Amino acid sequence: MMNLLTKLVGWIDERFPLVSMWKEHVSEYYAPKNFNFWYFFGSLAMLLLVIQIVSGIFLTMNYKPDALFAFTSVEYIMRDVQWGWLLRYIHSTGASMFFVVIYLHMFRGIMYGSYRKPRELLWIIGMIIYLALMGEAFMGYLLPWGQMSFWGAQVIVNLFSSVPFIGQDLAILIRGDFVVSDITLNRFFALHVVAIPLILVLIVIAHLVALHEVGSNNPDGIEIKKHKDANGKPLDGIPFHPYYTVKDGVGVMGFLIVFCAIVFFAPDMGGYFLEYNNFVPANPMKTPEHIAPVWYFTPYYAILRAVPPLFGSQFPGVVAMGIATVAFFFLPWLDRGKVKSIRYRGPLYKAFLASFVVSFVGLGWLGLMPSTPTYTIFSQILAVVYFAFFLLMPWYTKIDKCKPEPDRVTFK
Amino acid sequence: MSENVDNNKRRLLIAASAAAGGVAAVGAGAPFVLSLMPSERAKAAGAPIEVDVSGIEPGTMMSVEWQGKPVWIVHRTKEMLDILTSHDAELADPTSEVPQQPEYCNNATRSIKPEFLVVLGVCTHLGCSPTFRPEVAPADLGANWAGGWFCPCHGSRFDLAARVFKGVPAPTNLIIPPHKYLSETRLVIGDDSKGKA
Repeated sequence: MMNLLTKLVGWIDERFPLVSMWKEHVSEYYAPKNFNFWYFFGSLAMLLLVIQIVSGIFLTMNYKPDALFAFTSVEYIMRDVQWGWLLRYIHSTGASMFFVVIYLHMFRGIMYGSYRKPRELLWIIGMIIYLALMGEAFMGYLLPWGQMSFWGAQVIVNLFSSVPFIGQDLAILIRGDFVVSDITLNRFFALHVVAIPLILVLIVIAHLVALHEVGSNNPDGIEIKKHKDANGKPLDGIPFHPYYTVKDGVGVMGFLIVFCAIVFFAPDMGGYFLEYNNFVPANPMKTPEHIAPVWYFTPYYAILRAVPPLFGSQFPGVVAMGIATVAFFFLPWLDRGKVKSIRYRGPLYKAFLASFVVSFVGLGWLGLMPSTPTYTIFSQILAVVYFAFFLLMPWYTKIDKCKPEPDRVTFK
Repeated sequence: MSENVDNNKRRLLIAASAAAGGVAAVGAGAPFVLSLMPSERAKAAGAPIEVDVSGIEPGTMMSVEWQGKPVWIVHRTKEMLDILTSHDAELADPTSEVPQQPEYCNNATRSIKPEFLVVLGVCTHLGCSPTFRPEVAPADLGANWAGGWFCPCHGSRFDLAARVFKGVPAPTNLIIPPHKYLSETRLVIGDDSKGKA
């Protein structure tokens, strides 16, 4: 039997680089041996991509992308399709958990300076994945055709209409109509189900190829490739398989416990994962009393609301929101620190990073709240803190008192 | 096969074929992009509508659908109309300089008949539909509130002539759609005999 299997692999290998690919990317991909908790989230993001694609395919089999039937087809999935409720709750919980995991994954990268040379392109590809994911989530949110679906899409598409000169036509091009309508629903379905998932899979592959080209960073922020043994293997590196496949397996177990607990016991997460207003069918005549995007967009939404109109246009707020998202792209060049990892950074960087986390979480909370003058002032203060993290980075990372980096990774 | 490659000629040929290929790509891409624009059916959906305004009680508002958007018809009382002139200093554009209304509504009440305001119920900020709050000085909107609209999405405020207050996200007054009266109580929205909207 084994003999037959070996023969089969041999037969394939003469025609396709199976064994060498396995070695290059798994069994002989050397990763630093000092990975910690924060290194679970990359593999968890991959797991979520698979969960979303599989649950999504099965939802598509019963969903109808038509303004007349969309809402009822979701109800049909929830009530009549066998196990349909589970498929939908997996997909909706998966969307929120995807962002939880991605935000932690990005924070890991920021903390340990994983965007620094030579990983700039790896970071940029990752940021493109993040933007694609936001587009995917936004378009998917229209599909249930509830009140929040409709008004959320209305507000976001109108962001584009504030672009000077071409804005109105741009918004019409996105909607395919003069208002958010059946036409918009139909095209968002196509993009959500076919176009963006294809793009996502391709850029995730590019992300991995780039990672394996430059090698993984680690909590110490030093290059393990500087010290190699006689065979050219990094002294502080261990093969991804079996070491990290097993470690990530533990992460997957822990994650699935949390994931299943949400799916089974709190799929709407108190209105944060599935908003209550979305259990009401879309009504283009009436905006709900309180609308807010899903939690993963609220930091940017709070920034949008914080900027007052200038020169009779809401465009500045839209620009601020855009810059807040795109600012991450420039981190590799904004950071002038001598060291990469937070472990060897000085107090200035730590203070700025801590205030950035506070501003991001604070803005996220404010974005969920109704707008009042007091909250607007809070949002404005936190928005300034948010942008200060990026704009002042070349200054505070340069003058910060760093500790000396170790020569080899620290590992207990 | 010769060793003497004419690089200039080669570059010219590459540039020429790239240009031709580019033109072909744009040409082939055009139908795809154009298919995203509103279809003929979507364009035809914006016909004018006729409304009977006699049933609207003074101080209340009626909402009708025109071109897939809400249009409000408000029956303003005398007190409501009197308030309009009292807070010009708090408005961003009290005299409606920005052309958000047809010429015949560019007046103090932004209407043809002062008691009836016809306005597109779409916030000029990001397109939510503001909430009608005709009461004076409710707890949540403050003591200065003299009636108008409050947008739940981003907190924009409008007075009873749909004019925007200063310091809110919405940049301009709400849009007054083209409209006309066929008789005392019969209103047409989307057509003012000066060309359809």
